[in-house]
Amino acid sequence: MSKENKKTNIERRELIKGLATVPVLGVFLVNVLRKIKRDAEKKANLLSNLIQEKSPPAAVKSLSNSKHLNLGVIGYGGRGAHLVRAAGFATKGWTDTASENAQKNKLNKQFETFMTQEDLNCSLVGVCDLFDNNAELGIDASKNEIRPGGAPKGTAVRYRTHEEMLANENIDGVIIATPDHWHSRITIDAAKAGKHVYCEKGMTRTFDEAIDVYDAIKKTGIVFQLGHQNRQVEANEKARQIYEQNLLGPVNLVELTTNRNSPWGAWYWGIHPDGNQKTIDWERFQMPSPNKLAWGDGKEALERFFRWRCWFDYGTGLSGDLLSHDFDTINQIMDIGIPKYVSSSGGIYHYKKENYPDLIGFDRDVPDVWNATFEYPDRDLTVLYSATLSSYNPRGNRIMGHDATMQMGGQSGGGSIHGFTVTADELSTQYKDRLENGIINPNYPIYTYSPGSKQIDGVTSATSRYFANKGLLYTYRDGKRVDPTHLHIKDWLDCIRSGDQPKCNVDVGLHEAVACAMATESYLTGKRIEWDPVNRKMI
Amino acid sequence: MNKLDDSILTNQYQLYGLVTLRVLIGWHFLYEGISKVINPYWSSAAYLLDSKWIFSGIANAIVSNPTLLTISDYVNMWGLTLVGFSLMLGLFSKQGSIGGIILIMMYYLFAPPLLGLEYGKPNEGSYLIVNKNLIEACALWIVYVFPTSNTIGLDRLMLKSSKN
Repeated sequence: MSKENKKTNIERRELIKGLATVPVLGVFLVNVLRKIKRDAEKKANLLSNLIQEKSPPAAVKSLSNSKHLNLGVIGYGGRGAHLVRAAGFATKGWTDTASENAQKNKLNKQFETFMTQEDLNCSLVGVCDLFDNNAELGIDASKNEIRPGGAPKGTAVRYRTHEEMLANENIDGVIIATPDHWHSRITIDAAKAGKHVYCEKGMTRTFDEAIDVYDAIKKTGIVFQLGHQNRQVEANEKARQIYEQNLLGPVNLVELTTNRNSPWGAWYWGIHPDGNQKTIDWERFQMPSPNKLAWGDGKEALERFFRWRCWFDYGTGLSGDLLSHDFDTINQIMDIGIPKYVSSSGGIYHYKKENYPDLIGFDRDVPDVWNATFEYPDRDLTVLYSATLSSYNPRGNRIMGHDATMQMGGQSGGGSIHGFTVTADELSTQYKDRLENGIINPNYPIYTYSPGSKQIDGVTSATSRYFANKGLLYTYRDGKRVDPTHLHIKDWLDCIRSGDQPKCNVDVGLHEAVACAMATESYLTGKRIEWDPVNRKMI
Repeated sequence: MNKLDDSILTNQYQLYGLVTLRVLIGWHFLYEGISKVINPYWSSAAYLLDSKWIFSGIANAIVSNPTLLTISDYVNMWGLTLVGFSLMLGLFSKQGSIGGIILIMMYYLFAPPLLGLEYGKPNEGSYLIVNKNLIEACALWIVYVFPTSNTIGLDRLMLKSSKN
């Protein structure tokens, strides 16, 4: 062998050793490309590709600059305070605590969410509450300078009655967050006074009140928004698209559930230490309620005042409080409207005085376990609602189609942001071929929507399933987290300015109010209730 | 130490074993990286949100800051990809193994399988203190202290060209 040949040989061996593992990269790349191709084929058969409309709902055009609005709040309790915060006004106590919490825990976005809310160009000019402490808190919120948009324009005035507030010509709209037995009276008075109304759910305490409210809104033409902030939740819009495109197939059964398991969840809230006959206008509180109670030693009156959700005199319990949210969500997705027949049953099985002697002074009369059935013969549909206040085993809501089931959240309570999954039925007709050739696996979702993670596409990994169930509240997609209640208030204010109808207007509000009233009536009478749409009556 | 090193240079099976280990770890890193690069929905947020133990505070800070989260996403997807290329091809393998050890020890420390720590995400195996991350980090340590890319790998050619 010549010297040159030897050198070339050595060089060749050097080269072979240097490049020895390069072929592995080749094998790797070939396999990666095969995997990408396979995933693309699989993905093409996931629901995400079948959904026609893929973009998130368009950002609402802001009308806040067009006209400054003066608002009043009637009922500044827990929910009233949240609604007023959603309009941009929080008490000093709230902003201090929220900002402290944010410093302690970086993941606590409550303060940031509030401060980055859009300034809705409104003022809180009036507060009406029958409990002095609440009224003072409302006034405090109206003048707190820590808010989106900087210092407020003025301080709210306290009104003892809603009539006095409605007489103020400068007020454009009122937020009603009183107990349910006051809703219809105040809404109708406000409508007559030409004030726009944001009313908390349930719309009214009774069936007749619901019809009266509907007629008053239609007659006066004011802008009415019912407090179902779920109407602003993106997941529900996506769910509606999926349903509208018949990707679930024919739906004959919808299951709605509530699971709570704490005295707080059963509305045994604290009795405020400052609550007494001097600080509470008890007579006015019970003015519209069917049964009146003398103040006496105040013990029962105080329980009823601070825990009013436990009595039919002031509310409707599970019906107007929790079913109403879930019912409205399904109405939003499926346009189910008012049912033809409703029957319901239940009882007070857990929260009895004897089980909680230190907590319960006077027994409630609204049930703590309650089930209702809503029949829609024209739609070939049954909607079942099942609620317990003594088991926190979150069942979520399910729309059960012949071809697929949509499981929404794993937690009840409505209105909050949850994800959902769509899983094909193993005996589906629509997906038969794809199920047979293994492209669709009935054990895994074919569509996952989890607003908390980045996953809004059809990804079926363990992680995305986990997040869909967990329903995290953060989205970095849009850069910030948004409170749906804020969007709901904004929707109302924008419609006042533009003259449009808000998302939960009185037409859809009536569906919820009548459905819930029929369910309550069935529980109280033990009879199946029928809706007569011609005469607008319950039979 | 020198003796062991010499024995490796003279024992081909040991050399092949180490090269195989290096290439396989490279394959694993490369696919972990590429699968994240090509998935527009991947984010490190899922892992970080489930973080427990001493680094959970840092994990929360990263997740709550969109800029930090974006940096974390890029460091992960491209870090894994580069380490993967480096180990598979035997190019800058020393730096590659150090980078790999740092990445993988972060995964371990952000969510170690210690007694009393429970995670939301289901595990694919059963682990107590030692998990596959720790073992892979240890394997990379071996790859680092017994470098093979100067014998089999592009580093050999780099070394040669720099000598010439």
